[in-house]
Amino acid sequence: MLKISKDRITEIFNTVAESKSLYLPVNREDGQAEFKKYENGMVLSENLNTLRSAKDFFFPQTENLVDFKMEGKNIEVIDVREECEDFVIFGVRACDARSFTILDKVFLADPVDSYYKNRRDHGTIVTMACTRPSETCFCGSFGIDATEPEGDAVCYTDGSSYFFKANTEKGEAFINSVSSLLEDGDTAELEKVQAKTKEILAKLPLSNLSTDSFGGEKLNELFKSEKWAELSEACLGCGTCTFVCPTCQCYDIKDFNTGNGIKRFRCWDSCMYSDFTKMAHGNPRLSQVERFRQRFMHKLVYFPANNNGEFGCVGCGRCLSRCPVSMNIVKVMKALEEK
Amino acid sequence: MQEAIIKRAKELLADGSVNRVIGWKKGEFVYDITPAVFETAEEIDADFVYNELTSANVSKYLVKETKKDGKVLVFLKPCDTYSFNQLTKEHRINRENVYVIGIPGGPKLDVEKIKAKGITGILNITNDNGTLKIETLYGEETMPFADAVSTKCENCKSKKHVVFDELIGEDGDITDTNRFEMVEKLENMTSQERFDFWRDQLSKCIRCNACRNICPACTCEKCVFDNPDLGTDNKAAADSFEENMFHIIRAFHVAGRCTDCGECSRVCPQNIPLHLLNRKFIKDINSLYGEYQAGEDTTSRAPLTDYTFDDCEASIVHERGAE
Amino acid sequence: MNNDTLIPYIGVVTDIRQDTPDVKTFRVVSPEGQKVFEHMPGQCAMLSIPGVGEAMFSITSSPTNKEFMEFSIKKCGCLTNWLHAMDVGQQITIRGPYGNYFPVETELKGKDLLFIAGGIGLAPLRSVINYVRDNRANYGNVQIVYGSRSKDDLVDYQEIIDEWLKDDGIEVNLTIDNAQEGWDGHVGFVPTYVKELAPSTSKTVLVCGPPIMIKFTLEGLKELGFKETQVYTTMELRMKCGVGKCGRCNIGNKYVCKDGPVFRYDELGELPDEY
Repeated sequence: MLKISKDRITEIFNTVAESKSLYLPVNREDGQAEFKKYENGMVLSENLNTLRSAKDFFFPQTENLVDFKMEGKNIEVIDVREECEDFVIFGVRACDARSFTILDKVFLADPVDSYYKNRRDHGTIVTMACTRPSETCFCGSFGIDATEPEGDAVCYTDGSSYFFKANTEKGEAFINSVSSLLEDGDTAELEKVQAKTKEILAKLPLSNLSTDSFGGEKLNELFKSEKWAELSEACLGCGTCTFVCPTCQCYDIKDFNTGNGIKRFRCWDSCMYSDFTKMAHGNPRLSQVERFRQRFMHKLVYFPANNNGEFGCVGCGRCLSRCPVSMNIVKVMKALEEK
Repeated sequence: MQEAIIKRAKELLADGSVNRVIGWKKGEFVYDITPAVFETAEEIDADFVYNELTSANVSKYLVKETKKDGKVLVFLKPCDTYSFNQLTKEHRINRENVYVIGIPGGPKLDVEKIKAKGITGILNITNDNGTLKIETLYGEETMPFADAVSTKCENCKSKKHVVFDELIGEDGDITDTNRFEMVEKLENMTSQERFDFWRDQLSKCIRCNACRNICPACTCEKCVFDNPDLGTDNKAAADSFEENMFHIIRAFHVAGRCTDCGECSRVCPQNIPLHLLNRKFIKDINSLYGEYQAGEDTTSRAPLTDYTFDDCEASIVHERGAE
Repeated sequence: MNNDTLIPYIGVVTDIRQDTPDVKTFRVVSPEGQKVFEHMPGQCAMLSIPGVGEAMFSITSSPTNKEFMEFSIKKCGCLTNWLHAMDVGQQITIRGPYGNYFPVETELKGKDLLFIAGGIGLAPLRSVINYVRDNRANYGNVQIVYGSRSKDDLVDYQEIIDEWLKDDGIEVNLTIDNAQEGWDGHVGFVPTYVKELAPSTSKTVLVCGPPIMIKFTLEGLKELGFKETQVYTTMELRMKCGVGKCGRCNIGNKYVCKDGPVFRYDELGELPDEY
């Protein structure tokens, strides 16, 4: 497999960044990693994952949809869309890579969301195989192999080198663009590292988390479960889980009067919020019990019901470490599967 | 300590003094502890946990819980008792429906500070005389306890319980802290440096509302930021101005009522030091209107809702702003 | 870049009719004077005044109307207040059509039809009624039971009197909640009236109105021997995108904007009770 020694990875970044915007996880002052646009001198984070998910690249927290000019009784509709420039995201983990295929099922389904597709078409995803999964990881429960991530191209490491493999044409183009820096490398050590990672994955505390009790066919049974009241008791109704989640994609559309026309923008929304389903004449989800239930039913029941059994969770573990009251999908799944 | 708490909770449930207990429930790991209501001794035996990783201030849950029938038992750390008093003062808690047991507080651990040291795959954490022994998927690690102390406990303002019906353990004293040190540092910056500091911090905000929703001072029935009818709702930071305004307005709204419990910074998923905004207000109130600690009692009038002839002239505030 | 459904068209309001004290019917065409888009009975459109809001409304006019679309809108919130205040000639934005429609070309074909509507609930049904009237040979007998709080609150009263009542094979039963001067028709709630009328169970039912009316009507129909598979209704929940992506109008795994708004009662019964 083609490889580059670890201490030369910056050369890859510099080469890519010459022609395209390159984003990679970089550590902040507080030790948390976040995707940053690469500039010379930036160091690739060694953290397992970024604090925010990689969904931001394709589905940003806010984006302008369309502008309007209002004049007397007339309205002018201004299409503000522009063809996105090519960009590369380097170092996406297996969980986040899978989240893109989940988001695709929403945004690329008819009618295609052109805003999302524009970015998707122009983005190349280079994933990074995991070597140090954490106790909060449970991607395996959703059929994800952290040592063999999806993505246009995959990067593996054996500790001293980075190896590259292309999965798609975009991935090949990425590798070709840096091929002068790569050399053929022996993968013996890499195979050992992967085998060791697989051993760790098998003994993760959540490795036995099962999805058997969930799916579209369990819709009414799970909806009616009496456990939702207790499970949602501590929930603050904030949007932390939603916003750090790589697969949460609910959004709101709002207008903003700039004083010189109207900007219609879309922004992330959360089913955990009290006004999410509020109408002029009432609200079908009056308490946090219903709102909490919606979020987990969506991921574990409704989404698979509509998408051939695929769950709307990738087991990245962000909600496990970020929920202010430590309530999360794993606790919900474990509680609901107890008969 | 956990054993004593569990024993007392079960006694009070058994003799009918209370019919529910608010406490903390253990999770999947050693650190993911969730506030919970317990109704039986069995539930308590199975899941109740109180240790150095139990940080959540549960006083705000009493707003909801004390409206229900029957009496609820709550365990409050010293800092939580200030929130309790403040909520009582604001008539948010029905005092008659709650039995308060004061329990010793921190310093608590913040597992994120351990993870930030590159210690991941955490399976267990034990405290061995000031050294944390952390069992991980990748072997055992150690680090000083002091390096993993939660930000909210770094400048503990009080070991004293300002309200309780009974105590487990000894009561402490109000501590002599240097909690305004960082505020002073910010004050000594040039306005541009200070602006840059806050822009850098607040630009991380994802508007998840965790700070607001955990905050014991934020108990409005309908938050101004949630009201589409007013046009003041803003779920997303549409621009940097809005991003700043949310936190600044919130700090204004809780000024004089914030007890400095530190929950806002504890829960912020982006690690924004939000408590510094509140501390700035506390420090200013202390210097402009005299020393005041919100939640210290349930009867005194708060400086911003009280008028005295000694109040500083509005012009002083105005002049300070011009600096 | 291809068109995106979130980018709306311009619609011009060419006529405004005050139907009841709080319902107005708006006629909308493109700036070129054409229909903005084609639709089927029961489908909806997103109307908006930029800066004020955007909301989903049922298209009241029949697809057989080739000149314009109509929307009967009740004044009940920020956007609808604005719409009620506007004058002829005002432009609005419009996008759609969204959702499914009453199966006028399949299940309903050749059937005797019973329409039951309450208040503004006539809006989506009016589209079907006029579609059926314009394709009269394809359907059997038509019975319309329509009720409102008072005579003044009967939406499209003039069209009912002038046109529907004069059609052959169409029976119209009107009712109002309380007796009032100048009304010699039936007085009483819709569900009770339906039971009194005891329509033949061979009919296929299309019902629309306030949730409480629908609930009792359905109970009454069941008592009369109607099966859930014979009854269709439309649902309404908060919507933003209109295409099943923004994630808020779901009942179970069904999105009202995309999989609805028309549901057959047995389908609705399989979904969680959260609407």
